Amino acid sequence: MDFLRPASWEDALAAKAAHPTAVPIAGGTDVMVEINFDHRRPEYLLDLNRIGELREWEVGQDSVNLGASVPYTQIMDHLRAELPGLALAAHTVGSPQIRNRGSVGGNLGAASPAGDSHPALLSAGAEVEAQSVRGTRMIPVEEFYTGVKRNALEPDELIRAVHIKKADGPQQFSKVGTRNAMVIAVCAFGIALHPDTRTVKTGIGSAAPTPVRARAAEDFLNAALDEGGFWESGKIITPSIAKQFAELASGACNPIDDVRGTAKYRRHAVGIMARRTLGWTWEQYRGTGPALLEGAA
Amino acid sequence: MRVNFTVNGRPQEADDVWEGESLLYVLRERMGLPGSKNACEQGECGSCTVRLDGVPVCACLVAAGQVEGREVVTVEGLADYAQHRSSEHPGGACGSASGSCGTSLDSAQRWQAQPTGDDGRLAPIQQAFIDAGAVQCGFCTPGLLVAADEMLERNPSPSDADIREALSGNLCRCTGYEKILDAVRLAAARQVSQTEQEETV
Amino acid sequence: MGVTGSPTDIHQSTASRTRGGIGASTPRPDGTLKVTGEFAYSSDMWHEDMLWGHTLRSTLAHAEIVSIDVSEALAQAGVHAVLTYDDLPTATRHYGLEIRDTPVLAEGRVRHHGEPVALVAADHPETARRAAAKIKVEYRELPLVTDEASATAPDAPVLHENRTDEHHRYVEHPNILHRQPIVRGDASAAAERADVIVRGEYHFGMQDQAFLGPESGLAVPAEDGGVDLYVATQWLHADLGQIAPVLGLPEEQVRMTLSGVGGAFGGREDLSMQIHACLLALHTGRPVKMVYNRFESFFGHVHRHPAKLWYEHGATKDGRLTHLKCRIVLDGGAYASSSPAVVGNASSLSVGPYAVDDVDIEAVALYTNNPPCGAMRGFGAVQACFAYEAQMDKLAAALSMDPVEFRRLNAMSQGTLLPTGQAVDSPAPVAELLRRVKAMPMPPEQQWLSAGSSGQEADVRDLPGGLSNTSHGEGVVRGVGYAVGIKNVGFSEGFDDYSTARVRMEVVAGEPVATVHTAMAEVGQGGVTVHAQIARTELGVDRVTIHPADTTVGSAGSSSASRQTYVTGGAIRHACEHVRERVLELGRTKLGSYHPAWATAELLLEGGKVVTESGEVLADLVDVLEEEAVEVELEWRHRPTEPFDRHTGQGRGHVQYAFAAHRAVVEVDTELGLVKVVELACAQDVGKALNPLSVLGQIQGGTTQGLGIAVMEEILVDPKTAKVRNPSFTDYLIPTILDTPTIPVDVLELADAHAPYGLRGVGEAPTLSSTPAVLAAVRAATGLELNRVPVRPEHLTGT
Repeated sequence: MDFLRPASWEDALAAKAAHPTAVPIAGGTDVMVEINFDHRRPEYLLDLNRIGELREWEVGQDSVNLGASVPYTQIMDHLRAELPGLALAAHTVGSPQIRNRGSVGGNLGAASPAGDSHPALLSAGAEVEAQSVRGTRMIPVEEFYTGVKRNALEPDELIRAVHIKKADGPQQFSKVGTRNAMVIAVCAFGIALHPDTRTVKTGIGSAAPTPVRARAAEDFLNAALDEGGFWESGKIITPSIAKQFAELASGACNPIDDVRGTAKYRRHAVGIMARRTLGWTWEQYRGTGPALLEGAA
Repeated sequence: MRVNFTVNGRPQEADDVWEGESLLYVLRERMGLPGSKNACEQGECGSCTVRLDGVPVCACLVAAGQVEGREVVTVEGLADYAQHRSSEHPGGACGSASGSCGTSLDSAQRWQAQPTGDDGRLAPIQQAFIDAGAVQCGFCTPGLLVAADEMLERNPSPSDADIREALSGNLCRCTGYEKILDAVRLAAARQVSQTEQEETV
Repeated sequence: MGVTGSPTDIHQSTASRTRGGIGASTPRPDGTLKVTGEFAYSSDMWHEDMLWGHTLRSTLAHAEIVSIDVSEALAQAGVHAVLTYDDLPTATRHYGLEIRDTPVLAEGRVRHHGEPVALVAADHPETARRAAAKIKVEYRELPLVTDEASATAPDAPVLHENRTDEHHRYVEHPNILHRQPIVRGDASAAAERADVIVRGEYHFGMQDQAFLGPESGLAVPAEDGGVDLYVATQWLHADLGQIAPVLGLPEEQVRMTLSGVGGAFGGREDLSMQIHACLLALHTGRPVKMVYNRFESFFGHVHRHPAKLWYEHGATKDGRLTHLKCRIVLDGGAYASSSPAVVGNASSLSVGPYAVDDVDIEAVALYTNNPPCGAMRGFGAVQACFAYEAQMDKLAAALSMDPVEFRRLNAMSQGTLLPTGQAVDSPAPVAELLRRVKAMPMPPEQQWLSAGSSGQEADVRDLPGGLSNTSHGEGVVRGVGYAVGIKNVGFSEGFDDYSTARVRMEVVAGEPVATVHTAMAEVGQGGVTVHAQIARTELGVDRVTIHPADTTVGSAGSSSASRQTYVTGGAIRHACEHVRERVLELGRTKLGSYHPAWATAELLLEGGKVVTESGEVLADLVDVLEEEAVEVELEWRHRPTEPFDRHTGQGRGHVQYAFAAHRAVVEVDTELGLVKVVELACAQDVGKALNPLSVLGQIQGGTTQGLGIAVMEEILVDPKTAKVRNPSFTDYLIPTILDTPTIPVDVLELADAHAPYGLRGVGEAPTLSSTPAVLAAVRAATGLELNRVPVRPEHLTGT
């Protein structure tokens, strides 16, 4: 095993081009587990800790340009207003120690269907900035996940940043785990209201081979809200609409049975989370709901 | 490979490090600092919690090569670290409006640990763990101490919910956590009363 | 010797001469070492020229080993030894706590997933791992035995041929490891009197001790051909008796010292790396360190027996139990470990702390290809308590009675006969504990709500799901449940349960000092704290030195079965009494002529002085002892027990009992099936709290382990392959501080006149009733039957 320690982003891209099998390591929260438990023996480890710009972020007009290695703790502390869904998701990642090291870039690189960032990125809308010595690609996050723990990166590419749409409305994130902290998602659900475009977007985690949007549920809800004039009136969403939305969200799942839960439970739980988070975001949109210490946008 | 970094204020060098080694392994097996514990080696227990440039992290998930040139504080250096902080920010609280003061890298670099236990001096959180009965087998204790000390640095008057959240990455199998909560409350109360005394003086 | 981290004496003085005896919450003598990181655990040992040992384990649960080729591994640079079964030095190649059925290394066949097959010693852990990966093992798969049906089928593969153990003659099938029936009265006739009969089938999942300090240690070859072994264990001498014959060494040449133990809970009763490290050290002539990682730890020790329990109870209209019929099947896995004792406890305590005269009970342990199971906190009694307490709630419901009142009506008391016919001959305050736990104030409703800037705010940290933000109050229903349990203290069924203490008193630096030397394994429970307290109380000294536990002193027995404070504490007290007599004798000889009280009065040692009962000081201990040291080593045992009759289960099998009761308050998100335990109140009788703070720590810790199995902890074994599916802390979940509620404790102290100071073992009882109390509360919140633990979201949502 070789340990590559590029001091700059350009050096990192050059190293990745020279050694396409190199495994990037930033927070180490996935890679080191695999090394400690002898599940993986990469030929090269490519350390990204020395590249300061990966830990920086920039709040733009429409989106946040989030460096690939910005730790979750920083997102929770500094980007709760711009990225409320992602901040909520970040708060459910592992433990304080893990959140001090883990990052959205790492979550995307690992591309586990159980990664906590994914539903928040899918519902907010995001693009992954992939770079190589050949140039830069912007990959819509929906197209980034290509299979279980597989992503759209080419062997010579590294994630430079994630460009996430700033919230234009309430966002929520829910995750089911069988412990109240430090737990991998049995399943998760993200939702974002986009009043500017009068649309709702969603993300489902850990209930399909890849993170997915519940597109049929979104289409149904967008149409129902539009037809009923809900965006203008701000009236309460009828239970039948919420129920149908929840059922369609369940239907978007393609889960498996594993040690963390059954497929049937995952479908069920995604439906419950879809209904609840829709209710919370809509209440926030209407401006009448109770504020929540943890859930407030 | 060779790795140079600072541990508890002292420059250290490790040679012939296998590239897959963790910071935890280097501390325990190469530097004679086994205080950081090896309970899970997968970031799920917090018993190896150390501060890396001031930030609490699981040493088992930091690759040895990643600490090149950086500052590490372990439980072995905690008493002196707390002493140093106390002289920098009397009473432990830093009084910043944001509630986050931490220890600056610059400040950390100026500090150097004394040999452990020379004068039997303990950090307030260490004394509180003994007094409150928060130690049983003790394997989780070093990681909890580093995590709890860092929380009290940021948040000198934590609520129970704050304590629980800050320590939610540290598993304990012996105590049921009640005495650990007591210990952190005790350390926080002593910190406040010390501040008040100093202000009175 | 070059060993870093070798244990040394622990000295403790207390601030005042009148403090630090029994009954005081003296701080731990090892506390400072533990908070500074200096306390040397078994994984912290280091030797300058040491090698790293590594174990190659089976990838299959049941297979014949056709061949093993180690040549490529041996050829790798940095590898110093590769050992297999064929390299074992003597004809003794098996070990075991009760039955020596466990191969040191697999002998032509593996019987469970993760069984040790070969050992490697190398200059770096990674070298050893890479070499182990090069060992070629050819397996031929054998049919699996995974449950009672497959184990006892006529054509079932027999896991242990030609059994010679004491149990084999009493079982109907060689895959039944042990069977204990208990019959008293006439359960069928009594059932005729019942107005209601309730039945249930219960399932208890496989729990792991999950101690945080992994199996580890250092073996150092000695010049005399022997070996020095530093290790974390629960019983040094039981280890020694199993290790030495395999090494072909006399016990004197295997010198064991207890290293720091990072928790045990039963999981260190059986050997793990002890023999392996010694074999590698003796083979290479180099010190060898072995440290399991968490993955390997799940294969490195036995687990709590999963169990299936069938129960039938009857009761009359006025709420009196009529009878109990039950059958308990415990999965012992591939090797015996302490399964026979687990069967003994499960059967003899299957009725719980209730008075029932007519019983028909059977408990069996099976040999299967599942992971071996053995001791864990409350062994045998834990599984039974889950079932009988569920039955009590069902009976109360069937009779429309309050579940606590129903229990109190049937609660045992001093003099009640156990199903074994043995009378409980010490206080049994079962009804009182239930009354107390019920009387404790209830936690406030909807405690997640607090007044905020815009009305009421919810803190998700106080809701089911916690930070995962699954509910802001939706679907949340509160439930309250109660349970009570009984656990035997000490080793039962005729076992010669003794401990050895060596106590020395001398003057050091002008002060009388007591040194206590035992082989007791301090596993975190605080044995060393109470040992020093006992010495202070009995010898009137302030300064006490605790000698490291090792095999140069006699056996202390195991740090298990809640027995150490009773038995080793008793031995220390007894040794102190002898030391005191010798000191007084010395005083009489030297100073007797100066005061008539030396000859007549009852004399005590207090505050470093010899005093009369009325408090008159006769002499300073310093003057009595001068240059002399008084040392006594002796064995001490509790009252003898006897085995249970093989056919009727009758017999005076137990010596003492511990009782605890719990009230659980839970909040269940009934839509998502997530449980938040809000509070777990406990009332326990401890006889006499030698160290009240330690007692609370034991009760709260035990309670939390009971919570764990109630709602999250389970080793999942694939029934198709008998392989462990979740050997990691990512998927074997133990409670975090956010899962653990406040645990108010009410301690009762009703002395057991037969025990030292009236004390009762404390550690296990709270683990029993915690689990069924949580389940009762979840049932109350959901209305579901819930007959298995851990209860999972799927069970609560019908998915």
